[in-house]
Amino acid sequence: MGRLKQLAVDVAWTLVPFLVLGVLWEIVARSGIYPPKLFPSLVTVFDALLRLTVSGILWVNTQGTLLRLVLGFLLAAVIGVLLGIAMGRYRFVEDVFLPIVSIGYPIPGLAYAPLFVLWFGLGDLPAVLLVGIASSFSVIINTWKGVKAVKQIWIRAAESMGATDRQMFYKVILPASLPYIFTGMRLGLAQAWRILVAVEMLTAVSKGLGWMIFGAQEFLATDVMLVGIAMIGAIGLLLEKQVFKRLETYTVVRWGMMTA
Amino acid sequence: MSAGSSFSWTSFWRGTAGVVVTLIAWEIFARSGLFSQALSPPLEAIGTSLVQLTLDGSMIKNAASTLGRVLLGLSLACLIGIPLGILMARFRVWERFWMPLVSVLMPIPSLAWVPLFILWFGIGDVTMIVVVTYAATFPMIYNVWAGVRSVSPIWLRAASSMGAGERVLFWKVVIPGSMPYIITGVRLSFGRAWIAVIGGELLASPSWGLGRIIFDAKEFLNSSVMLAALLVIGALGLLFERVVFQAIERRTVARWGMIVGWKQ
Repeated sequence: MGRLKQLAVDVAWTLVPFLVLGVLWEIVARSGIYPPKLFPSLVTVFDALLRLTVSGILWVNTQGTLLRLVLGFLLAAVIGVLLGIAMGRYRFVEDVFLPIVSIGYPIPGLAYAPLFVLWFGLGDLPAVLLVGIASSFSVIINTWKGVKAVKQIWIRAAESMGATDRQMFYKVILPASLPYIFTGMRLGLAQAWRILVAVEMLTAVSKGLGWMIFGAQEFLATDVMLVGIAMIGAIGLLLEKQVFKRLETYTVVRWGMMTA
Repeated sequence: MSAGSSFSWTSFWRGTAGVVVTLIAWEIFARSGLFSQALSPPLEAIGTSLVQLTLDGSMIKNAASTLGRVLLGLSLACLIGIPLGILMARFRVWERFWMPLVSVLMPIPSLAWVPLFILWFGIGDVTMIVVVTYAATFPMIYNVWAGVRSVSPIWLRAASSMGAGERVLFWKVVIPGSMPYIITGVRLSFGRAWIAVIGGELLASPSWGLGRIIFDAKEFLNSSVMLAALLVIGALGLLFERVVFQAIERRTVARWGMIVGWKQ
């Protein structure tokens, strides 16, 4: 009984803030400070959500955005992990690439968007490339740090027990630097997610949540825009809480390298 | 730049070589005619644009309005985030009420709001500042909250057993104790705000701003101007990250011995 009561209290505490926010929103929406076209009531927004879900428009756009995110992120992960490991392992690669990476890192990837549109035209190619490049930097830097942070003692121990280069890499260096690599990927994915929406607006992709929001602006369809924003928030939350937490639980936490 | 390792001339020359090779590769690419030179301008054209824009004062004015927006948004984020974060960490009711809202609103990229904010607040500074503040506030709240919670209870007990009142406890223990997190929060917030302001300027095109230069230059196929603006954006970002925030860290938490100031 005590447990059930605790659960009920927890649920109530989670719901209350949203209820308060919803009521405030409704008051503003119905007060007429803004015309209803600009500040729709929640009923209208739910209506739009239903309409867009039933007609499949929401799903098609979400699919487009997710596909772009996955492609861009894979690009970043592959480039980032390979370059990061090379930089961590070989002094020469580190010396050559570190200054370039340090210069490129602080430029927001989004700023390249208009340039990429000129180079590659509108559409998916510049969007995926931009997201990939923007998120690769945190993967590179974290992988590099991770490989450098592998304990010298582990390497020597493996060496003295006769590990080959291959074994050394797969059994010692890679697992040891994995917590850092995951952190880099997590940061990279979050970064990719934050700019993807804007990239979609700038590169005029044919299907995507960013484009849905941007297109709805032309028709003053604020309800559609809010549905898009809510969807983006939901996916963002899911990416943050589910994808990488799971991956970490199955690998580095299980190996006892990190506590959850 | 390299973590901890001592300076060596070999590294320096290799690094320089890396940068030079990149520049040469760009130059070859630009002059190869693979893309027309209007799309991939040679270095000389970029340099000329940069000098020209700096001399006629427009680059400085644009950079100043972009920076002004970021700093204003960041200050607002501190004004909201620091008190809210502290209250959330100290009082259970505040935490229970605000935490769900923060965790739901934080993953929404501020740039997704831009089209809606344009409808609400018009094209201009209000929209930009709201976007920047939105981007910067959540990492701020989160870090301040984590920072205050991280203050070791032993310090609190030690201070109160030595007769510190609530006020003293707060200003002498809680605030300095959570400072490393707060500074990390400001840093993260700046990074978010910097991306948000550029994206916002590209989307909402206010009358001045570095993003606006890029946007305008695209209309006229002026890619040398775009690249010049990109360089300025990168340089300003680097300046804040490496110079300003590191100086703040050195003066405060590193001096108090709370983190090891390994970057000279």
